[in-house]
Amino acid sequence: MGYIAKIHNMLAQKEISCAELTKEYLNRIESDNAALKAYVCVTADEALKTAEAVDKKIAAGEEIGLLEGVPMSLKDNMSTKGISTTCCSKILTGYKPIYDATVWELLKAQNAVMLGKTNMDEFAMGSSCETSYYGGAANPFNTNHVSGGSSGGAASAVSGNLAAYSLGSDTGGSIRQPASFCGVVGLKPTYGAVSRYGLIAYASSLDQIGPVAKTVEDAAIVFDAISKPDKRDSTCLGAKGGDTFSQLGNDIKGMKIGIAREYLDGVRDDVKEAVLAASEVYKSLGAEIVYFDLPVIKYALPVYYIIACAEASSNLGRYDGIRYGYKTEHYNGTHDMICRTRSEGFGEEVKRRILLGTYVLSAGYYDAYYKKATDLRGTIIRAFNDAFASCDVILAPTVPMTAFEKGHAVSDPIETYLTDICTVPVNIAGLPGVSVPCGFNSKGMPIGMQLIGRSFGEAQILNAAYHYQQAAPENFKDTKWGVKL
Amino acid sequence: MKYELVSGFETHIELSTKTKIFCGCTTQFGGEPNTHCCPVCIGLPGTLPVLNREVVRFAIRAGLAVHGKIAEIAKMDRKNYCYPDLAKAYQISQLYAPLIIGGHIELSNGRKIRLHHIHIEEDAGKLIHRHGDTYVDYNRGGVPLIEIVSEPDIRSIDEAKEYVERLQQVMRWVGISDCKMQEGSMRCDVNISVRPQGTEAFGTRTEIKNMNSIANIARAMEYEYDRQVDLIESGGKVIQETLRFDDATGTTSSMRSKEDAHDYRYFRDPDLVTINIPREEVDELRAQMPELPADKLERYTEEYQIPEKDAALLTKYRRISEYFDEAIEGVKSPKTVSNFIIGQIFRRVETESDKEVFNVATSPQQLNELVKLLDSGKIRNNLAKSTLEKMLDSGKKATDFISESDMGGVDENTLLALCKAAVEGNLKAVEDYKNGKQKAIKALVGNVMKNSRGKADAMAAEAKIKKLIEEM
Repeated sequence: MGYIAKIHNMLAQKEISCAELTKEYLNRIESDNAALKAYVCVTADEALKTAEAVDKKIAAGEEIGLLEGVPMSLKDNMSTKGISTTCCSKILTGYKPIYDATVWELLKAQNAVMLGKTNMDEFAMGSSCETSYYGGAANPFNTNHVSGGSSGGAASAVSGNLAAYSLGSDTGGSIRQPASFCGVVGLKPTYGAVSRYGLIAYASSLDQIGPVAKTVEDAAIVFDAISKPDKRDSTCLGAKGGDTFSQLGNDIKGMKIGIAREYLDGVRDDVKEAVLAASEVYKSLGAEIVYFDLPVIKYALPVYYIIACAEASSNLGRYDGIRYGYKTEHYNGTHDMICRTRSEGFGEEVKRRILLGTYVLSAGYYDAYYKKATDLRGTIIRAFNDAFASCDVILAPTVPMTAFEKGHAVSDPIETYLTDICTVPVNIAGLPGVSVPCGFNSKGMPIGMQLIGRSFGEAQILNAAYHYQQAAPENFKDTKWGVKL
Repeated sequence: MKYELVSGFETHIELSTKTKIFCGCTTQFGGEPNTHCCPVCIGLPGTLPVLNREVVRFAIRAGLAVHGKIAEIAKMDRKNYCYPDLAKAYQISQLYAPLIIGGHIELSNGRKIRLHHIHIEEDAGKLIHRHGDTYVDYNRGGVPLIEIVSEPDIRSIDEAKEYVERLQQVMRWVGISDCKMQEGSMRCDVNISVRPQGTEAFGTRTEIKNMNSIANIARAMEYEYDRQVDLIESGGKVIQETLRFDDATGTTSSMRSKEDAHDYRYFRDPDLVTINIPREEVDELRAQMPELPADKLERYTEEYQIPEKDAALLTKYRRISEYFDEAIEGVKSPKTVSNFIIGQIFRRVETESDKEVFNVATSPQQLNELVKLLDSGKIRNNLAKSTLEKMLDSGKKATDFISESDMGGVDENTLLALCKAAVEGNLKAVEDYKNGKQKAIKALVGNVMKNSRGKADAMAAEAKIKKLIEEM
């Protein structure tokens, strides 16, 4: 049983009141967050207010929904009315939005209890959470290691039992990679399945919100709740193919699981072994394993960095100190004010990507970089389409390695970029991908595998993930932190 | 050496849709600063634009009005530049796949000014400088615009003026904008260069930004033409640059040179989906299009034999032409109706804005009834004229002022008696006429008309009077 269902039953059967449960989470956040740094903002008052409302409903004998009263958190790049939303950047210091993101509106309407906003790489740019203005979140399996990123806080909070689930965002792996590092489940939905309205943009054509959860059931329940069409996001169609939760457990006998050889290139041995072991589990469950080649994915990383940075350079132009957020103190005229505000307000990684993005869109370079990247993007999409003609789901490592030690990413940005090599193709192609724990390395750090599906094929990959979870429960290990249910 | 002027225009027109291009805020002009705004049009982090389909429909109407080709697929692009009145630091516009391709504006000299394309985009806010501080008002941010880009086909300042007037006329005509240059709902960037008369190659052009009146366009072009010619004549070279026009001095000065030109880093806006324009939608909009002013002008001059000058006045504003069209229903001579409108009604709607609204007390049906009385011979022109004045004063119909006894004219004998009386009672005029003063006859006819209370047939009276004088 998933955590959400477990909590739901406890509340519905009055084993614990929602206020008590919420307080327990808040207490644990107070004690454990110093070590994990999963949260950058705790919303105790709002959480308790919602909890009381839920308790009233329960006391009145009303039925409560599955997500009602379940303590959760949001990544700090999702707009929350009246609640600090900073993208963990100095430049958004003090910014309290005047509107709610669609995902939060949907969950709020179900009385979800938000405990706070979680840590992230600044503007979601990073793979270790260390570019956060507040310092990175720690890995609950070993706090000397990074949580991964950019949704590091979300993964750390869920892995550390400081939230039943969390919403993250994934532009190049930012849900799946930290989920893999922290031993939890992370779903990056199909582009257009979940509304981006209120998600502070990093790269608009790649960004997608999704759940980070302890179990596949939890991920499915949350995905079902947030994957609705939204008139405020022209690119959002909502999920297709019915709710995914009720399809968990459907037979996977005869399911064709494809392994692209290129995904295993350059992957550390322990990770490779764990993924191949998982393929054996699938075989034992009656699925068929097919090997194939997907050579175009070698272009995915450069394509990703060109497109993502180009879009980011435009998306981040609005932070000028005029309307909200950080503003420099001493300046001489408007132009100087904007220059100083941006120079002081953005961190190194963000500046690096803005510069890169500005360059690839510049007159004279557009064709050589941005245009070529968008052309290649089409090639990658077609290659995945072709691959899905011969298999139903693609199995791959989520990250070529396990969580590295803190400080490593900062010292070598290029190698850190390489950690995204297995996750970015999915964003480029707009496909759904879920990261599932599939083992541990010799030092006890979690390893993740990725199941990639057809466009809007969330039900299929979640079902495949669910069967694996049932067959290999030993890989879903709890950590010492947080609330014990 | 003589130099020819070569010019092309980029004209921004604010569309008069009720709401903004990417959100539901009002497009109303003015308002307390920052009150016509929402999270989307002030570009708050995380917000997304959603295209207002009405903007597409308005732009299609603009395209049809200038005979442009309506694209089947159009896309939105981001034009990146940093300025405090641009809340997102990019303007959502169209570069790679605009909505309308081609088209033209025909001038009265028969020349066609070709259009390169028309695209849709959002307007920016406004900076307000006060007490040494700068404030931003985002009310205008997100108001829909079309930009009409012409080819460099304009060859004189008169053509330039007429091009702008024609654009203004036709865009108002199809109801997509009020095109008020003084309020900024129509603004022009003027590209201008010169070349020796008779040569083909274009000279280096300069661009005068943000012109807000036709008079200033003419002044700026005149100045810029002279400046460029003087420069070339004195052995210099025109530099490609962007200029601003100073209203007070009537001169242009440099804003930025080509080297400092913005690199807008255009790219497809990932937040907006491809705009599909089904042909059924275009056909539907085409069917709803009013008859265009140029077509009306042709019809008035050719079918109704109305002088071109008068036809131009009748087709300057859509309301006037519609009034005219309704008033001529079934009349013998549309020219008579035209004369009434231009001769009498226009005196009551003197300003251009009054003419555009054309709110007159007499309805076109009432004018039509009056003209039909004239057609039937029941009343004469003079009576019709004076009656129309009374109608315009009161809003009442013709028959409220003309009694049965006024109608029916004057019989032969009475007319003869009236003419005799006029001749006998005005011997001085008769003498004048005999001495070759042709106009004197008018006074005699006038006398007959007066004494018949306008009912007599002036032509018949004149003939009779001439005959009487001859017989004297």
